[in-house]
Amino acid sequence: MNFITIDKKDWAGGIDKSRKTFQVFGPVQDENGCQIKPLAPDLYPLMDAGVTTVMSPKSVLFPQTEKMLTATLDASHEDHHVMKPVEKADTPRAVLGIRPYDARAIQLVKLNFDNPDYQDPYWCGACAATTFVGLGVNRPGPCDFSTSTGCGPFSEEGLDVLLADLDDRYLAKILTQKGETWAAACGFDTKADAAESQALFDILKKEAEKNITASVDTDRLSEKSLLDLHEAPFWEDVAFSCINCGTCTYVCPTCWCFDIQDETKHKTATRFRNWDTCMSPLFTHHASGHNPRESKVQRVRQRFMHKLKYFVDKYDQGIMCVGCGRCVASCPVNIDIREVCKTMNNYEKE
Amino acid sequence: MDTCIEKIRTICADLLAKGEVQKVIGFAEGSIPMASRPIAVTAKADVEKLVFNSFCGLNLANYVADGLPKEGKIAVLAKGCDSRNLVTHMVENQVSRDQLYIIGIPCTGMVDKRKIAALFEDDITDFSEAGDTLTIVSPQKKETVSKKEMLRHNCRMCTHRNPVVFDVMAAEPVEEQTLDQPFADVDRIAAMDPDERWAHFQELTKNCIRCYACRNACPLCYCPTCFVDESAPQWVGKGQDKTDINTFHFLRAFHCAGRCTDCGACVEACPMGINVRDFTRKLNKDALELFGWEAGMDMEKRPPLDVYSPDDPDDFIK
Repeated sequence: MNFITIDKKDWAGGIDKSRKTFQVFGPVQDENGCQIKPLAPDLYPLMDAGVTTVMSPKSVLFPQTEKMLTATLDASHEDHHVMKPVEKADTPRAVLGIRPYDARAIQLVKLNFDNPDYQDPYWCGACAATTFVGLGVNRPGPCDFSTSTGCGPFSEEGLDVLLADLDDRYLAKILTQKGETWAAACGFDTKADAAESQALFDILKKEAEKNITASVDTDRLSEKSLLDLHEAPFWEDVAFSCINCGTCTYVCPTCWCFDIQDETKHKTATRFRNWDTCMSPLFTHHASGHNPRESKVQRVRQRFMHKLKYFVDKYDQGIMCVGCGRCVASCPVNIDIREVCKTMNNYEKE
Repeated sequence: MDTCIEKIRTICADLLAKGEVQKVIGFAEGSIPMASRPIAVTAKADVEKLVFNSFCGLNLANYVADGLPKEGKIAVLAKGCDSRNLVTHMVENQVSRDQLYIIGIPCTGMVDKRKIAALFEDDITDFSEAGDTLTIVSPQKKETVSKKEMLRHNCRMCTHRNPVVFDVMAAEPVEEQTLDQPFADVDRIAAMDPDERWAHFQELTKNCIRCYACRNACPLCYCPTCFVDESAPQWVGKGQDKTDINTFHFLRAFHCAGRCTDCGACVEACPMGINVRDFTRKLNKDALELFGWEAGMDMEKRPPLDVYSPDDPDDFIK
């Protein structure tokens, strides 16, 4: 494993160098909180390990609204009304300062968009073009329970580079070829001693993990009967406070559902895909008018059953949650997935 | 305000024990600092779960119309604004007075979480309040601040802290605020030239993710199908197009004209920190100046937008 050290004085200059090859994304703070955005040439990522972005970086690969196909409606063209793929330039991009749990989330989302049966060209193209430069979380917040979900504040899964913040410098662990290329593009080439660096990472990881006070048990979810959980009496209580907004699903780094819409403007038709949310009645509204998830409690149950039971059963990769705590922090009515997970994990049918 | 919880619990236990109400809608302690959770209590033993603090910023009137029992009553805790939204529900025939037992809570305002979070560079891990003193703790520091300084904007602008309708009060009424400039925020936007004003609203909604938390937290938004959710025909695009986002916000605001109590639940619910009240406040001001109307104050009067009056300030209607 290759380690390099980056003096913080050289950080901005390195990013500027990399802009020749990479479009740079990273956390930026505005009056509405911290967001992951493409960075204009004069902007640098906010590399504060204490800050969680309100929205996850999933939008870098899976934008909230994405053009898929277009067609001309002008009948004088031979190919009128024929949908054609939108020219999509998957030029190299680097996402800086993402959290290790968000990198794991991309691996979970990959199960849906890139698997032996199906490869989503939009997501796969964007993923192949993206280099993920993560930042270890030295001080996990109170909503973070990522050590319960198979990752943690210094997890390397899904990252190309993992940075550790050492006050005046970053220690970078280069994890993949993509990571090498990014570091070279930045001109970051001061080698660090591998054994010493790994020992430092181990200490930081241990310290950070100690600060995570929230945990959830998920060990019994797979053995539970799906139908028992589905019919369990606690859903009414879980759902009572829910206002059925889409906040939890949109801030979630692992929620991957989308809706496809066609829009026409003048003589052009465009097919978009937009994030969709299982919290909305429209999500399951059939053309016939029937809605299999008409009530709020059915929709709330669906969200948790998908994340904590159906996903577990289908993929055998743990729960569909990386413990980032965004939904816990942003839910207007304080529905806490940690409590729901505990209730499900402990449920015994009477 | 933080001392009235014992009285609230006693009232609720009594109501449930005597079977006078089937459930009580109130707030429970949140699972993280500075959060509360709406809850329905049906058993006397569970009244201990009820809390009331400076983070009960959602509007419980939003929870009454769903799940009303066929017979009997439900009890609901009501701050000044919640009570006005209950009145609005009654005026709009969403619920009748005899279905409700209203436990009035004189309110000294709700606290602006974002303002408090901005005092810290790291995450808040503990919070407590006693009277006007708020104590907030993070791993790096502990801050003691005055609640008055940290109130949400709508609570600073509130002139109806005491419930306007109730069956029982949980505490003595509090003194109402008087304001020199009740609509300074609206005036500031109204004074902008049109381009500047357009830019202001474009900036305001730029981070909107269309989660509809503002709409769903609003007690006024009870349409069985919201216009943005209509699919046959579909009125509004579903994506991140600015026009579609703004169409949602503009139309929703107009739909609230003469009905909004400025309870602030929309802003409280927004995960992106959008001050949605910049849309509704202008309409509240118009309702007051043109019709002398404040929503939810009187069960006997019809709202200005659903009556014809020979005194209407607009000529076109006469």
